[in-house]
Amino acid sequence: MKETLEIIGQIFLLMGSFSLLTAAIGLLRMPDVYNRVQTGTKASTLGAILSFIGLALMTYENWVEINWVGRFAVLVVFIILTNPVSSHVLMRAAYAMKIPLSKLTTVDKLREDINNKIVEEPKDE
Amino acid sequence: MKIKNIFVSFLVIMIGWMLLTWSLDMSSVLLGIGISLALSIVLCNSCTLFNEINLTPKAFAYFFWYIIVFMIELVKANIDVTRRVLSPSMPINPGIVKVETTLKSKMARLILANSITLTPGTFTIEINDDAMYIHWIDVESEDVEGATNAIVRKFEKLLEVMYG
Amino acid sequence: MDNIVIYISIAMLMATLLAGLIRFVKGPSVVDRVVAFDSMTVTSLVMIGVIAFLSNRAIYLDVAVVYGFLSFLGVVIVAKYIQGGL
Repeated sequence: MKETLEIIGQIFLLMGSFSLLTAAIGLLRMPDVYNRVQTGTKASTLGAILSFIGLALMTYENWVEINWVGRFAVLVVFIILTNPVSSHVLMRAAYAMKIPLSKLTTVDKLREDINNKIVEEPKDE
Repeated sequence: MKIKNIFVSFLVIMIGWMLLTWSLDMSSVLLGIGISLALSIVLCNSCTLFNEINLTPKAFAYFFWYIIVFMIELVKANIDVTRRVLSPSMPINPGIVKVETTLKSKMARLILANSITLTPGTFTIEINDDAMYIHWIDVESEDVEGATNAIVRKFEKLLEVMYG
Repeated sequence: MDNIVIYISIAMLMATLLAGLIRFVKGPSVVDRVVAFDSMTVTSLVMIGVIAFLSNRAIYLDVAVVYGFLSFLGVVIVAKYIQGGL
């Protein structure tokens, strides 16, 4: 039973590190800022969550005396709450700076609607 | 109205206290209850953060079901993005599409936007009334209807139950 | 032999940090650098968790919580600044 927990935890940790590595490779390879934000911040969210779950499972020996699980749970909830907010703010800043989209982009409904005066330019009040 | 607000924020702060202290001593739990009660009364006296939540058993069941659906979507989308990043030709097809939501509550819209942002491949840039502008790494359909069906519907029908 | 999985994952995390650093140095715009910084921060949070596990001290995780909070604040403030709202 205990060895099973440890092996499951190690598998989770490996999957998490691999996901983080994928995020970094995406950060290097993607053509423009928007796609880099996409792959760079979101794959790393899942990677961090999986790694923390794995590490929490691997510390099964002293779950009762020492507070491992609670701290890892707080970290996971914290990352789930803050990561979309910070990456969304970054993406809006990139759009407000008018950094051009890559040549692969097919459609930009937001620019069309800004030109048609349906929405305002994203900037601060 | 106000009681519900204070109660929900009390629960959130108390769960955080219990997770961080990790002890079931009488003194520690009582101290936690006192601090959480004081904080939730002081901080949430005028906030409207949890006003629109439904506190029924059905909403709780849908909350857990939502978490499960969200996790499945997260893993599926991650596998998809991993495949795109690692394949040598990098088959991406990005674009910004417009979707529409029928949710009215602010909190539900916040959760919807954050869920869309957390699933890799889709990313909320701007919200304007009912319209949301989403950066999509692989555009399947450019019109509003198709994009709404592909991105928003699966989360929306669960959130409608939780936030009346 | 017991810890070989942990060493493999530490190697992967180091490679992640290196890739983030390359993007941080190279990145054409400010937003690229901030994204690289954010990704490196999440990686270091995981690294702190691994170190806490290896040295068997749960108290190190508190450092990770505070570090994550400060980094979130930093990213949001820098984004607001380059957007012109600060």
